Amino acid sequence: MAAPGVVVAVVRAAEAVDPVTQPQDEAVASLKDVTRTYRMGGEEVHALRGFSFEFKKGEYWAIMGTSGSGKSTLLNILGCIDRPTSGSYKIRNQEVSRLNDNDLSALRGRELGFIFQSYNLIPQLNVIDNILVPVLYQERPLAEARERAIELAERVGLKGRLDHRPTQLSGGQQQRVAIARSLINDPALILADEATGNLDTTTAGEILDLFDELHGMGKTILLVTHEPEVGRRAQHILRLRDGAIHSVDEREEETEAVS
Amino acid sequence: MIASSLWRTVKLGISSLLLHKLRSFLTTLGVLFGVASVVAMLAVGEGASEKAQQQLRELGSRNIILNSVKPKQDNVSEEETRVLAYGLKRDDFERIRRTFPAVEAVVPVLHTPQEVRRSDRLCRPKVLCTTPEYLPVTGRLIGSGRFLTPADESTRALVCVLGYEVARYLFPFENAIGEQVRIGDSYFEVVGIMIPRGPLGVTVADPSMESGGEVYIPLETGRGYFGERQITVRNMAMDVQEVQLHEIIIQAENAPNLPSDVAVPFVASAARAMLSRDHNDKDYNVTVPLELIMREKETQRIFNIVLGSIAGISLLVGGIGIMNVMLATVTERTREIGIRRALGARRRHIIVQFLVETTVLSGAGGLLGVGLGLLIPWIIERTADLETVVSPISAILAFGISVFIGMVFGLYPAWRAAHMDPVEALRHE
Repeated sequence: MAAPGVVVAVVRAAEAVDPVTQPQDEAVASLKDVTRTYRMGGEEVHALRGFSFEFKKGEYWAIMGTSGSGKSTLLNILGCIDRPTSGSYKIRNQEVSRLNDNDLSALRGRELGFIFQSYNLIPQLNVIDNILVPVLYQERPLAEARERAIELAERVGLKGRLDHRPTQLSGGQQQRVAIARSLINDPALILADEATGNLDTTTAGEILDLFDELHGMGKTILLVTHEPEVGRRAQHILRLRDGAIHSVDEREEETEAVS
Repeated sequence: MIASSLWRTVKLGISSLLLHKLRSFLTTLGVLFGVASVVAMLAVGEGASEKAQQQLRELGSRNIILNSVKPKQDNVSEEETRVLAYGLKRDDFERIRRTFPAVEAVVPVLHTPQEVRRSDRLCRPKVLCTTPEYLPVTGRLIGSGRFLTPADESTRALVCVLGYEVARYLFPFENAIGEQVRIGDSYFEVVGIMIPRGPLGVTVADPSMESGGEVYIPLETGRGYFGERQITVRNMAMDVQEVQLHEIIIQAENAPNLPSDVAVPFVASAARAMLSRDHNDKDYNVTVPLELIMREKETQRIFNIVLGSIAGISLLVGGIGIMNVMLATVTERTREIGIRRALGARRRHIIVQFLVETTVLSGAGGLLGVGLGLLIPWIIERTADLETVVSPISAILAFGISVFIGMVFGLYPAWRAAHMDPVEALRHE
């Protein structure tokens, strides 16, 4: 199990030598020696211990691990809603771990697309307005973005439901809205946190099909999950244990699926 | 761009508030009643002061009015008919006319208690013996014909000017000008008719009653024909009084380089000093309309301050209510705040969102409050027969304060919302 991980890591190291000549291997997100320590009561909790990794353009990763493995912390840091205690985090070669709150917020809206387990749509807004929320905070004209929002909504299969409120939609439909919303600003990275966790198997399958489609379009997707069947749909799997990389697989092995 | 994004935020605020209609409505009630009471109370207060000031203005703001007052009698003798002499003297008038500076005109007025008749119609109006200056000094207006002239004075002409009510009573169908009326035992020619005191159509005082309406005759004519003794028969007893002048109206100069309210107190204090020196009894009274107006204004100012404080407190209570609800709203919508932050909202976006929401809430309360505050004076005017004056400034001011209250009390909840940790906020259930 360790062997393929090493191979990939070696290949990766080789690729990283010349990112300019190979733009398709450009690192979208690169973390170096990232640690994150919480203080709980009087105790220090090391959620991440020296995490280093690079996610490259167009890759589709599943990040897996048991609860307490640090995958939520990693996702928060990747999503720029939390900051590393130490280490470096670059998005498209821009160091983000030292940005102030304002710049970090702007960067989140521009470079990151979030898809949550519980969809997290805004109940007062209809489908189109929900998709447009990330645009509001970018301070660019809404008119063209509105066209794009309609186009995206139709592409994720929400045609005819553009005026619906989230409460009028099924879980799968709500998640489709969230996916369209994550794409509206054409972010560098799409972060999906247990995106299928609240859905039945059929609907989950449809959503995962949609992810495959996005992957096919060249989007970079990081999918956090604890379900092996879901993880298996990704291109690569990154396993965490105790705040560090446990293994890096190109494909999950059959034996792991059982556990 | 900014306007459209603000409009979007306002729309969002409204739709968020509409999610909890009853709660939002109850929250606005505090501001609503605060604003309504401010507008209504100011309208009533303003109306009362407006009426008082109008009455005082009719007396003339440049005038100082001296009246004769019957002194208090200690020894009442019922059987004895005696002459009671008191009041302002001709000498007082002459001294004021000759020696007072900064005086534009002095008008003497003598009342004579005579009956006025025309054929079988009889009435007892006030018969005022006065000089031509009476008209400009009191600001009263002649309706038709003319007022008394200096020539009437020097020739002791038998002419009179009728008050509107008297003319209407004595000459219900014909034109009174040129006709004769009998005052006491002499016949007078009617040369003019005054316009009514109040607005047309107001209930006319019945001149057949005592002191209803007025009739003006020249001062010298009055003195010559009726003298300075006023004899009235009441309850089979004769009441004889000797008053040389019942009233002296002094009009202070309106010097162009000197505001009239400087000359008025000066002349008033001179008149008071003179009268207190020359009269042993307090048989006179000095009325200065300007002083009364000033006092009325001062009262109004204090009234407004008290009113403003009460209104301020009620608006404060409304503001606290809003703040309370907004704090609860922020907690309730923690997750939404987390989502927005994850999707790129900066802190100021969150602050603006919640501030706008609070302002919409208090502004709506203010608007409804102004509406209610305009309705209340309207109802009062129709039911309680009280004059009210709604100044647009008070409505705008009350509304402005309500919006301001919303902003001030929305600041802290908005700040709290903006400073939530996004990770915690997203995890919030």
